Formats: sequence, structure tokens, C-alpha cells
Amino acid sequence: MTAIAHRPREAAGDRLLTRTVAERVRNVASMTRRNLVHISREPMQLSDVTIQPVLFTVLFIYIFGGAIPIPHGGSYKDFILAGLLSLNLTTSTMGTAVGLATDLHEGIIDRFRTLPMWRPAVLVGRSLADLLTACLCAVVVAVTGLAVGWRTSASPLAIIGGFALVLFFAYSLSWVAACVGLNSSSPESAASFGFIVLFPLAFVSNAMVPTQHMPGWLQAIADWNPVSAVTAGARQLWGNPNPSALINAWPMQHPIEASVAWSVLILAVAAPLASRYFRRRTTE
Amino acid sequence: MADTMIEADGLYKSYGQTRALAGVSFSVPAGSVLGLLGPNGAGKTTAVRILTTLALPDAGRAQVAGIDVLAHPGAVRRQIGVAAQDATLDGLLTGRQNLTLVGELSGMRTSQARIRAAELLELFDLADAADRVVKGYSGGMRRRLDLAASMLTRPPVLFLDEPTTGLDPVSRQRVWEVIRELIGSGVTVLLTTQYLDEADALADRIVVVNHGQVIADGTPLELKDRSRSAHVEVTLAEPGPEAAAVIAPLVGGHVSVSADGLRLGAAVDSASGLATALVRALDQAGMLVDNIEVRQPSLDDVFFALTGANAGADADVAELESEGAQA
Repeated sequence: MTAIAHRPREAAGDRLLTRTVAERVRNVASMTRRNLVHISREPMQLSDVTIQPVLFTVLFIYIFGGAIPIPHGGSYKDFILAGLLSLNLTTSTMGTAVGLATDLHEGIIDRFRTLPMWRPAVLVGRSLADLLTACLCAVVVAVTGLAVGWRTSASPLAIIGGFALVLFFAYSLSWVAACVGLNSSSPESAASFGFIVLFPLAFVSNAMVPTQHMPGWLQAIADWNPVSAVTAGARQLWGNPNPSALINAWPMQHPIEASVAWSVLILAVAAPLASRYFRRRTTE
Repeated sequence: MADTMIEADGLYKSYGQTRALAGVSFSVPAGSVLGLLGPNGAGKTTAVRILTTLALPDAGRAQVAGIDVLAHPGAVRRQIGVAAQDATLDGLLTGRQNLTLVGELSGMRTSQARIRAAELLELFDLADAADRVVKGYSGGMRRRLDLAASMLTRPPVLFLDEPTTGLDPVSRQRVWEVIRELIGSGVTVLLTTQYLDEADALADRIVVVNHGQVIADGTPLELKDRSRSAHVEVTLAEPGPEAAAVIAPLVGGHVSVSADGLRLGAAVDSASGLATALVRALDQAGMLVDNIEVRQPSLDDVFFALTGANAGADADVAELESEGAQA
């Protein structure tokens, strides 16, 4: 089935494999670069990873901050930063859904389909470009946080670990967003995914408020929400107030393990599914 | 290299209730140009989409460069260049970036792709616009960039789906020139078009499709012959009342005579050798011939004869007659 089978057979299996991998990496790099050029052409695409984090930080810290007590004390500023990172990165995965839905509506997808390229590069390139914008988002959140008084006493490695934990989760979630984008009839309907799925996912969690004050059924959902595990994991790594540690649910007791497990699981399910949807969507 | 570079064999394809192809077969010998001619909705684009691995047929076989399109689409993609009907470009990239991307994704080195891109931008008169975002291009510029993209890797087989639709006459000439140059270089081309003059000008063979079926197949000359609609017009030096009777047996039909009796016209099956015979007959009858004009049927005549739509052919004749009146 593969194109490689038809190339001259003088190349031995190993060399063939190396070349295949190298070609795929090059395809992915080209597609990633393409998506980054798109962003540079329409910088407003970046508003949800630049302006929104600043806005949310200011809103939450100065408007809700005073009214939300943290069990066993601690500053809301220190509590909220991991939550803001989770919130912003979770909702920004909407960009993946919209981006892919837009691609499918452009004639360019037919061009890609007639080229001897590795087709999943369309998806992987998109997800990597979105990961890079997520990194930019993380930097904006961190800088804004530091500006308004967020502090951490953790080691540099633990600080980076906290960011990596949330970024890895956002990356896996972007593959779920890819599935949505590939099943959307239009970029607009892909955007509604953000409001219907991502916002509840981000808010029904410990990201903004401690879950202790939620109704019992909602708290159960929140404590098992991957966003809660990721947020609690970052708080634990950064040595910031983490009231979820008092909750008996397994993910809240082992937030780092839980968030890695969630991310791996989501990625393992969503990535093959997205690749299948892409094939189905581009078959006629 | 295979003798036959493109082969469609009994292709069927339906989209829902709409039957796009109902058993289409044709083949294109290496190094030649096939014009796939037909009106909108005839199934031309569907045939191209199947041959370029974009669509799967419901039934039938397709081969490109000797490779089975259904079994080895990836291998086929290494042999083809495609300029689709809707320009398949990235609106947010510049012209140069679009071409470079296509080159990279086709396995060219980036430096190599850049050089080739610059070459093609020059060839298609896009050098000045090379670093502008494609979204701001005119329809003709997009078309030309799309053609450039299809030729980027110098593929041995090219599919050009209505390459000049919507182009201004100058751009159209330009595209024709480029296609003619390509033909000289041994590329095999499948060209779809609604324009008969385009098929006539570029194609070695023409396959006429209508309602998803091949209704005629041949060289432009063969097709013209088949339409049996050549037209002959004789202008006499002096009015000759018996002239019509003299030539009637030769043209095998009705002869029209102009009001002044100087011009005689007739539709004929075949114009071959006719002019000599007419002049000889009229000379023997003692009449001097000022001018004799034999018009080969245009592909329009052929096409309308084949598809059964006669309005266009009639209009052509009317046009010719009015030209004659002016002369």
C-alpha cells in the first residue's frame, strides 16, 4: 500500500525505514511552519493565548480573589496561577478544532492529497504549531503572574515540571479538539466546541476555586476531572497552596501520576481516532 | 516508461443520486495530450479526481504510469502533477511559500524547491507578486500559481482540470504557451476543457464526454470529419442562373443562391477534393469563378452535432453568412 514499496528495491529495509522516518519528520516540519506562518499573518489568532491570559489573571485575582478563601490558608494569587494556566491552555485547544475545520474547507487540502506526502503530517503539524502557541501562552501566564505577585519557592526543575505537566495535557487535549474539528461541518461549528465542552471542563474543576464547597455530585465530577489533576499536580510541584490534597479521591492524592495517566490515555485514544476521521473526511 | 501513461477503464462513480460517471474508458499514450471535452457536469472533473487518487470509483480500473491507482495511490502521487479546477492554494502563504511548501511535501530539498519555485514564478509572470499573500491574488494569478504548483517536481504525468477557465485572453495564451512547451518535453497531459478551441489547439486526441459517458473519441481532424458539416461557398464573376444546377450533383444536396446570383453555398459531407471538382465543373459550363471557400467544421459544430444541441451550430452558420454578406 505504501509508496515506499514501489521505490527501487536496492535500498535495504533499514535504510528505507530511516528515509521514511526522515521524510515524515520533514513533512511535519513543513506543515508546522505553514501553520506558524498563518499565525504570523493573523496575529489576532493569538489573542486567546496572549490577551486572554492577562485578562483572566487580572479578573480572577482582583475580582474573585478577595472573596474566595483557601482552606488552611495561603494566598489566592499563589493558588490561582496553576488554575489560570490550566484554564487558558484548555480553552486554547479550540484553536486546533477551528484550524483543522478551516483547512478542510480550503482547496489546499486537495493539493496535499495529491502530493506524495505523509498525510498525518497535516494533523501532527497542526498539533505541534498549537503546542508552540500553548508554550507562548504559558510564558504569558507566568510573566503576568509574577507581575501581580505570584511566587514559588520550588526548584527550577519542579517549576518547569509543573508547566510541562499542563502543556502535555493541553497537547493531548488538542487531539480531541482535532477530532471535533474533523467532524465539524464548518469552522464556526468547531468554535462552538469551545463553549460547550472546554469551558465546562475547565470550570468544573479545582482550577478557579477549591472543590470543597461544591455540591457533592459536582465535587465528585470535579475531583475526577483531568483538569483538576493537572492543576493540583502543578500546584504540588510549585509548592503553591493545594487544598485538593485534603480530598480522598485517588487523582487528588496522586495528581502528578493522574495527570500523566490522563494525558497518555487521551492521546492514545484521540490521536488514532483523529487520523481515522481525517482519512474518512478526505475519502470520496 | 509505459506506452500508455494514463488509462481509465470502465469507470463508474455516483455521488448520492447523481451519477457522475457511467462507464468511462480512455487512454493516453506517453508523451501525448488528451483533451477531455465536455460541458459542465459531464463528469470530466470526477474522472480526473479518480485518476489523481482524490476519489475512489464505484467500479472500474485506473492506471497512471503503469501503476494501479486504487492499489497504490501513494506511488501514483509520485508521478503526477495536478492543477485542479478550484485553485488549491494556501491563501495565507505567499506565492513563493506555496510553491516551496509543495516542493518540500513532494520530497524536494528546501533549497532545491526554492530555486524551482523562483523559476516557475518567473515563467508564469508571477515574479513581481511572488512575496505577496495569495489571498490578494486575482483569479488569473491564482490559476497560474496553481499550474506552477502542478509542475513543480517536473512530474511525467500532468492533470490540468480546466486550466484556463476564467482567465483573460492574455493569461490564456500564456498558459497555452507553457503547456505547449511541456508537451515538447515529453510530458503526458490530460487536459479537461469546455473550450473547443483549447482542445483543438493543444490536444493530440480528444475524448468527448457527456452525462458521464464517452460519446466520441478521436483526433481533432477525425472528429471534424465525423460531424459532416463542412461548408462550401462559391463566388462567380458574373451571375449564372444555371450554376446551381451544375454544382448540385457534386455537393449532393441543396444549393443556396444569393439574391444577386453571384454567390452559391452548400453544406457538404466531406470537403476533400471538392474545390477542384467545383472549379472544373463550372469552368466546363463556361462560368468564371472569382473565389471558392471551403470551411472545415469547427469543433463547435462537432460538439453540437455529437451532443444533439444544434442551436450553437446554427448560430455559427448565421454568423458565417453575415460575414459573407459584408465581404
